[in-house]
Amino acid sequence: MPPIPVSHTLSELTGPLYGHNPIGGTDNDLTRQHSGEPMGERIIVAGRVLDEDGRPIPHTLVEVWQANAAGRYFHQRDDHAAPLDPNFTGAGRAITDEDGTYRFVTIKPGAYPWRNHANAWRPAHLHFSLFGPCFITRLVTQMYFPNDPLMPFDPISQSIPDERARQRLVSHFDLNLTQPEWALGYRFDIILRGREATPFEGPS
Amino acid sequence: MSRAPDRLSGLPSQTVGPFFHLGLTGNSALGRLAGPEAKGERIRLRFRLLDGDGLPVPDGIIELWQADASGKYNHPADTQDRAPDPAFCGFGRLATGADGICTFDTIRPGRAPDGLGTCQAAHISVSVFARGLLDRLSTRVYFAGDPALAEDPVLLRVPKDRRQTLMAQPDPMSAGCWEFDVHLQGERETVFFDI
Repeated sequence: MPPIPVSHTLSELTGPLYGHNPIGGTDNDLTRQHSGEPMGERIIVAGRVLDEDGRPIPHTLVEVWQANAAGRYFHQRDDHAAPLDPNFTGAGRAITDEDGTYRFVTIKPGAYPWRNHANAWRPAHLHFSLFGPCFITRLVTQMYFPNDPLMPFDPISQSIPDERARQRLVSHFDLNLTQPEWALGYRFDIILRGREATPFEGPS
Repeated sequence: MSRAPDRLSGLPSQTVGPFFHLGLTGNSALGRLAGPEAKGERIRLRFRLLDGDGLPVPDGIIELWQADASGKYNHPADTQDRAPDPAFCGFGRLATGADGICTFDTIRPGRAPDGLGTCQAAHISVSVFARGLLDRLSTRVYFAGDPALAEDPVLLRVPKDRRQTLMAQPDPMSAGCWEFDVHLQGERETVFFDI
């Protein structure tokens, strides 16, 4: 049944603000959460969290989780025949700064099969979860990598019918974010819907 | 209706998938919203997440957001002239278990204003995430038998014959325990809100 539209009350215009746990020193560096270095391609993923007017959203919690470089999640229900990495859990947290900026250091996740249909593979992705300033700005989504040949075959990313909207979930390689001799940088800006948001209707 | 051309558009949502436990629900303390010093009537709120066939959904997430016992939200947009209860956290988050169940220890919230001139009945805002859902679902928990239900501005928008899907029911066997079934689909589908 279609959801019932409601006016935004104080209950929707408030929401959990940040840090239900204090953010720890390596929470945003997924390569330093164990005694050794994880296998795979080290990357930096950073960007800004903005509202629909382009204003930064400071002090908001960004949570990520992902598969390791071989395409395996550190999760008991993942039975993909790829190795676990004892030095990689694949979960991180960050808080945006005054400018709305967040930053993670991690390992580029591998693609993995998921049995949804014959020869079904997920494109490499990071799961993102954000709260934003209130209950209505809550967002759980996925970030993809540029030029991933699996995306056209992926029913999850293709569930977004609008090509431009889908492309906004694709990060951009950024040479300025890239650290010489160390890690490639991918920029991923996250726009959270605002309190004035209205559903988009009809062609643009 | 289209948006102003210079506005950005919020990013589309994607499913949480089956492995969210890794990033989102490792902290079971998020099932306890009320510390020992929290004011108000303590309640245990048991959610059961069910699919269209009435079968439990074992890999969903239930998130709560609620006011404290006085109806105050711990948020700057709540301008009511009192401080929020420091022993109470208005946010909760748990994964459902194999039986589709997760249980929160919280307090019965007070009545919060709607910000538009009316007082709402006591309620808890709920987000539901699960593998098969492209987007989160938003609903509310109200409390069966609450005399304020009749004047709640949100509930009045809901067709009468569906309002009971938003009512937590007291567990007759256990004082202070309330039960709320979330039916994702089917004849008893829970009311979800377009916010």
